[in-house]
Amino acid sequence: MNKARTSIPRAAAAHAVLIVYTIIALFPVLIVVVNSFKSRGAIFRAPLSLPGPKTFDLIGYTTVMAQGNFPLYFWNSLVVTVVSIFLVLLFGAMAAFALAEYRFRANTMTGLYLALGIMIPIRLGTVAILRLMVASGLVDTLTALILVYTAQGIPLAVFILSEFMKQVSDDLKNAGRIDGLSEYRIFFRLVLPLVRPAMATVAVFTMIPIWNDLWFPLILAPSEATKTVTLGAQLFLGQFVTDWNAVLAALSLAILPVLVLYLIFSRQLIRGITSGAVK
Amino acid sequence: MRRPRGCRRIGLHAGNDALGSLTLENIRKSFGKVDVLKGIDLDVKDGEFVTFVGPSGCGKSTLLRVIAGLEDASGGSVRIDGEEVGSVPPAKRGIAMVFQSYALYPHLTVRDNMGLGLKQAGEPKKIIEERVRVATSMLSLGDYLDRRPAELSGGQRQRVAIGRAIVRKPKLFLFDEPLSNLDAALRVNTRLEIARLHRELTATMIYVTHDQVEAMTLADRIVVLNKGVVEQVGLPMELYNRPANLFVAGFIGSPQMNFIEGSRLGESAATIGIRPEHVSIGKESGTWKGKVLHAEHLGADTILYLDTEKAGFVTARLFGEHRFAADDVLYATPDPARIYRFGQDGRVLS
Ligand SMILES: Nc1ncnc2c1ncn2[C@@H]1O[C@H](COP(=O)(O)OP(=O)(O)OP(=O)(O)O)[C@@H](O)[C@H]1O
Ligand SMILES: [Mg+2]
Repeated sequence: MNKARTSIPRAAAAHAVLIVYTIIALFPVLIVVVNSFKSRGAIFRAPLSLPGPKTFDLIGYTTVMAQGNFPLYFWNSLVVTVVSIFLVLLFGAMAAFALAEYRFRANTMTGLYLALGIMIPIRLGTVAILRLMVASGLVDTLTALILVYTAQGIPLAVFILSEFMKQVSDDLKNAGRIDGLSEYRIFFRLVLPLVRPAMATVAVFTMIPIWNDLWFPLILAPSEATKTVTLGAQLFLGQFVTDWNAVLAALSLAILPVLVLYLIFSRQLIRGITSGAVK
Repeated sequence: MRRPRGCRRIGLHAGNDALGSLTLENIRKSFGKVDVLKGIDLDVKDGEFVTFVGPSGCGKSTLLRVIAGLEDASGGSVRIDGEEVGSVPPAKRGIAMVFQSYALYPHLTVRDNMGLGLKQAGEPKKIIEERVRVATSMLSLGDYLDRRPAELSGGQRQRVAIGRAIVRKPKLFLFDEPLSNLDAALRVNTRLEIARLHRELTATMIYVTHDQVEAMTLADRIVVLNKGVVEQVGLPMELYNRPANLFVAGFIGSPQMNFIEGSRLGESAATIGIRPEHVSIGKESGTWKGKVLHAEHLGADTILYLDTEKAGFVTARLFGEHRFAADDVLYATPDPARIYRFGQDGRVLS
């Protein structure tokens, strides 16, 4: 940090605000994780206390591992999320490049049409989507989920990425054209690396709702073989009894993969910001 | 798509002595309803150095991009070496372009930045290496071959960008304000370097700038553009001594030419023009009596801004140092042989 530009009271105030916010944001997560390591009685008696020697209990985790098919659920969630993110980024970035780079008659209309997708929730179309999936025999496949999530993620991706792509220097792209690079090379080799921070942002924003979604897995792929983690955890939420140990353990475990994905993307974010730009 | 596609291959393998003539015929370009280029005609001979000058937004870069094939013209034809290139993609036109923002590939080393164009054209590695070597020694970039653009200074980056153009051995070099991001000292150095390159490579060069000093010092011929039309084409001294109209008269020369309403001086011409360096100053007597509003002392020159009774505001440029200050009362006298007369339409009257 530059000494001349920092003042201690101001820095302290900023840090205080950030710390308070962090506590508020992390508190529920912490409660979930802490309680997942406690016995059922201890969860209800003292939900805020840390697990002690008497209250420590891994019963939740053993239930999760024993019951249901959690490793498979994890795998399903991971496949759906990663493949969807990949497709959203690929197609979103390509569409964004076309909108940002080429002048054609339907350019503005196409942009607006895609932006509409941000405003209209895809769940409104659930019935039609289900019919479509039934007709095409995709019910109870991960493909169904991937297709829906890709469609759901693309509008925001196009919106954000096209803004960023407009900022990539025209001269750079033109230099590539004069050197004989194809439009694809220009897109993949020159433009994409420069919008990597934006891609990471889009990836994070796309990933969280997909990982957490309960709606479409429940409707499109509820079979045992295609269950996702969020859907699998519902197993323990009964109408009359709820196995809180197992629910909390399942949720705690579900945090881990997204955390890893997030760390990967955020490193991209930082690397993208610090890598040398055009000038 | 904004760029033409085609597969004719012209002159990429031409030797070092490849020269390119350029002919523009009635080039027009509109963005939607806005006409940016309104019918440009121009002939550039083999090995000539031509600069385009004009105020910001007059269409210089657009014209250059049309020549390069990065932008389709809305009308007219571009011929390089006598060949119509309307449907030839930029990489096959035998041109190279240097951009204002350097536009180096950030992920490639200096060596690869320079070699990429040839690699794309399928040249053998040996030839690429040799050409990169020649270009780097020409521009004394040898020490930086393995660095990335982010690790170079602005001047070095611009030299790499110029090197990337040289390596292609183009028939036609296009420069789009290559020096405007450099500081004053570096600008002079690089200007000299470009002049030297033009002599050594004997290539045809087109150079866009809005800096008239660059234009005057580098060019064989200058093209003055304004609002998408060519105002005048000529040798630097022709433009200075015989401007065709008010715009060129005002644009070439610094400080700007004085324009005085003809009626104030009892002349029949609509506007009278006199360059500041052709106004002499006397303490006792002269044609126009006036008060000094401001004096700029530059060492080699002294520039006086006068408010005269008869001719209004007049700028005078005196050689050397003079001890004039604001509020001094002086007499300004125009050199009668150097007075320009312009008609109602802005054209010069002979
Ligand atoms: N892609 C575009 N879409 C619409 N208008 C454009 C586009 N590119 C350029 N223009 C317009 O064309 C005109 C000429 O632009 P150009 O870049 O050729 O100017 P210039 O002479 O190079 O100016 P400068 O000296 O500032 O670089 C400007 O008025 C600009 O607004
Ligand atoms: Mg320009």
